[in-house]
This record gives sequence, structure tokens and C-alpha cells, in this order.
Amino acid sequence: MDILVVLEDKNGNIHRMSQEAITGAQQIGSEFSLSIGILAMGVNANALAEQAAQFDVEDVLTLENEHVSNYTADGYGAAVAQVVTNENPTYVFFGHSYQVRDYVPRVSAKLKRPFLNDVVSYSAEGGKPVFSKQVLNAKLVAELQPSNGGPILISFQSAAFSSDNIQNGSANVRSVSVDLDSSAIKTIPEDPFQEEAGGVDLSSAELIVSVGRGIGKEENIPLAQELAKAIGAEIASSRPVVDSGWLPSHHQVGSSGQTVAPKLYLALGISGAIQHVVGMKGSKNIVVINKDPDAPLFELADYGIVGDVLEIIPKLTEALQA
Amino acid sequence: MKICILVKHVPGSEAQFSLSEDGSWVQEMGLPFEMNESDNYAIEEALQIREKMGEGEVVVVSLGPDRCQKVIREALAKGADRAIHIKEDTPYNTDPYSIATALANTIKDEGFDLVLSGLQSDDLGFGQAGVILGEILGMTTATLVVGTEIQDGKIKVKRELESGWFQWQTMELPASLAIQSGLNQPRYPSLKGIMGAKKKEIKEASFRDVCDVDGLQAFNGLSVQRAEKQTEMIEGTVDQVVTKLVDVFKNEIRIN
Repeated sequence: MDILVVLEDKNGNIHRMSQEAITGAQQIGSEFSLSIGILAMGVNANALAEQAAQFDVEDVLTLENEHVSNYTADGYGAAVAQVVTNENPTYVFFGHSYQVRDYVPRVSAKLKRPFLNDVVSYSAEGGKPVFSKQVLNAKLVAELQPSNGGPILISFQSAAFSSDNIQNGSANVRSVSVDLDSSAIKTIPEDPFQEEAGGVDLSSAELIVSVGRGIGKEENIPLAQELAKAIGAEIASSRPVVDSGWLPSHHQVGSSGQTVAPKLYLALGISGAIQHVVGMKGSKNIVVINKDPDAPLFELADYGIVGDVLEIIPKLTEALQA
Repeated sequence: MKICILVKHVPGSEAQFSLSEDGSWVQEMGLPFEMNESDNYAIEEALQIREKMGEGEVVVVSLGPDRCQKVIREALAKGADRAIHIKEDTPYNTDPYSIATALANTIKDEGFDLVLSGLQSDDLGFGQAGVILGEILGMTTATLVVGTEIQDGKIKVKRELESGWFQWQTMELPASLAIQSGLNQPRYPSLKGIMGAKKKEIKEASFRDVCDVDGLQAFNGLSVQRAEKQTEMIEGTVDQVVTKLVDVFKNEIRIN
């Protein structure tokens, strides 16, 4: 196979970002005539393989091994490196999930092969795909040049491809094995848990007023809260606001917080780091107010205002209350 | 407990960029450089671990040009004991594997129990160096770390998973941990700390001397982020802007 997509398990289902990576493999595969395999591993490998076999790909590989039943960077790093060595694909695709960030750099170091991560797009050059990622606070895009040869490990940023476009079909399923020694596993994971359940469910909010670092200080948060109240919106924030303790963490939108898709997303002083953007880019109308004209969030905005949020918010609240 | 912290000097979030003449990097002149955000939390976590243990050494390591001395001094002023500066001149290496190799070669004989780094750099944003370094030096690795507890010869770390989930894991030492921002409250340097930092050792190495591998990837040119949407910019005085926004809210977006 030419492209191997490594699946991530989400409680017995294929992780959304793995589905996006499969979609990417199908699009890139059809454009450059590349065959596709999918690797399912871990305690739910068979359930994942069954789902993956419904997609239009050549092969689905299942890997069952006691050392990869539960995720550890030690076990997954070693196992994926071995499968990649044995199958020798040209490309290995992943979703750029938290788990992938955690172990794929180790695969890269073991194989001494490049890991192009957080890729947002590709283009065709010389009959081959060329991959790009955002750099410098998402204000610039860098085209990535891997060293010669294969395999090349690539992870795609959330929503780089839409899993709505995934093609169904059928695939051969076969099992693969790896040789892992228990001494290689030096990490013992406990069960995942949720903290601070409850709070606000922003995912169903129609209107969201979201504050970023540009609000300046904790004392200014009530200005945004009054604006939200004036239009019946929920209040949300970017990560730095939560890290500074200005709002509780359940208000956070982004990769480590909630994913939202409101009718209005009003971003106040949010620059638009990738980690935030992945949580709100599905919003139907995005209005951005920021004093930095180069704030990357303007690229996603339907309406943009370069200005001081502290001057604009109180007047806007007053006008909306009238 | 011997702890290494990796820090990086990067353009701040307010920085506005223009490309260098050959398009391979940005013009650095006039850019507001500062400590990479998540590195602040890595420094604080290292200092807190040393304080809890009641003993230990914290060594700050930074790779980059002369301007990096600023973040090295900042870490020393906050309480790190000594520093190593791996000097690199332009053109910078943007390959995480080469960077991690240079760092690993520099610290391999130090016998660190822990290497703490920020989760990712705000300039390149790969988030790979700390993990690759751990792999090269045979350490356990964890990223998105939001809590640490030292236990008899091991470390227990709390990792952030997606969508508000967390997980504890117990790892053998030595370990390389990539620290997520927000897990502690970074201290400010005291006046005494700033004065004391001037006397602390900063050892220098050269990137060329400590990086003995071929790169795995490179930037093939930078470009300005292209717009994903047609954006209507609203301009004018504050009052004009507010009037237009209210109109957009009510008549275009129809927020009721």
C-alpha cells in the first residue's frame, strides 16, 4: 500500500479526526493514484476494523497485542514504528489529535523519518503532494519539504478534510503482529476521568460572545458578560483567559475545550491560535474585533473590525439594549 | 532531583511579520521577542518540584541566536541554577529532529532525572522536540502535562485528553515532559533574583558542533496565510462601527 492511515479509538468508534484522515487519504489517493490501507489497533481493534472495512480502501490491518491494549506512548510508539517498517508505505496519515501529538514524534525518532504535523492543506507539485502547516502564531504558512525517501508521517489538523466526503466501499481485513517486550512499557496509565462536568453546554448555543487575551484584565470580563446578556448569548473564551483564571475552564472553546457552531460567534480580542480556531471554525457567522489588524482570526471572519474592544463593547451593549 | 528546562525565545502574539528577502524566514528586526508562553509554566513546574523535594538542581537550556540570552537570564532570575546556551545563527534549522538531537547531545552526560519543555513553540509549532529528545535519550515521555507528583523513583503525571477529559499515568524516570500552559501560576523574578542571575553560569555550545544528523524536514518557503473567507471590514469611528454592527446583527445575522 502507498498510504497507511492509523486509526484512533474513541470508545470503540473511529475518532472523528481519523475519519478526516481517511477522507484525506481517499482524496490524495485518487489524485495521485495511491493505494490505501488502514491500521486498527488496541483493545477495540476488531470493532474499529469492522467500521473501517466499510470505507473505499484496499486493506484494513488489525493489530492485537497485550502491550497496545491500552494507550501508552511507549507501546504505541514502538508498535506503529514496527508496522510501518513491515508495510513500508510511502505515507502514514494520522489526525492531529492529542494522542498523535503524544506518541508519533517517537515513531519519527525511531524510524529517523520526518513527521510533518498539524498539516492544513496540500497542493500538487511535480506529480506529488506537497504539505503545508501554519507557523508563527498561525499568521504564516510554511510548505514542508521532507527528506528523500519514505515513509513520511503526516498528521492533519482538525477539519483539514471533511469526513462528510468519506467514500464507502469495501476492504480486505487482515491481521498483523508486532514483537514487543514488556520491558519496553515504562508507563502505567490509569482510567480517564472528567473534571468539572456540568457548566455550560456551548455546543448548542445559538449566540456566543467569546473573549480572548485582548480583553486586557479580569476586571474587564463583566463588560463582555453584559454584552452577552444584552443579546441573550453565552459567554465563552480562548485558553489564555482560562489559564489566567479570569473565567472557569468550562467556558473554553478549542481543542482542549468545547467545539461550537453558533449562528453568531463574536470574538473579542482573540488572536486566533490554531487550538482555538479548531473549536469555532464551524460557526455560521464570525465577527472579529481586535486591535491587531494581522490577527489570524480575521481570515475566518465574515465581519471584521480593527479596534479597541474596551471602547467598542460598552457602546455596543448600550446600542443593543436600546 | 536534577531537572532540565528547555526554553525558547519567540515572537510574541502581537508580532506583525514581513518575510525576509529570500522568503525563507521573517525579518526579525523590531519584532517583540519573548519567552515562549508554555515555557513559563515549565520553568515554574521545575522550580516547584525542586522546592517540594527540598533539594536538586534546575538547569535551563536554550537553542537560538544571541537574543536568547534574554530568556535564559529570565529563567535564571526566577531561580534556575545555571544555563546552557546552544548558539545558532541564521538560517535557523526548522527540523524538530535536528533540534532535538542537538539538545540531546548537549545534555546527555548531565544525568537529568527530568526534562521539562513547553508543549509547543509559538513560532514553529511542531511540539516534537521534547518527545524526540526523550526517545533519543531513552526516557519515558508525556505531553499535555497538567500536573506532576514525584513518587519514589517514579513520576506520576496528569495528562490532558480531549474535550475536558484527563488521565493520570505513572512513569519511570528519567522522563521528558511537555508542559501544557495553565497548570501553575508562573512567578515573577524578584529583584534579588535578577541581581543574583548575573553571577550564574551560562555555558555556551555551538549548534553545528552538537547536531550530528541530517535533517528530516525543512521549510520550503513561507507565505502569508491566505484568507479562507471574504471578510467585510467595518471601518469608521467607534460610533459608526457600533451602528453598523447593530445593523449587521439585526438585519444580516438576524439575532432577533
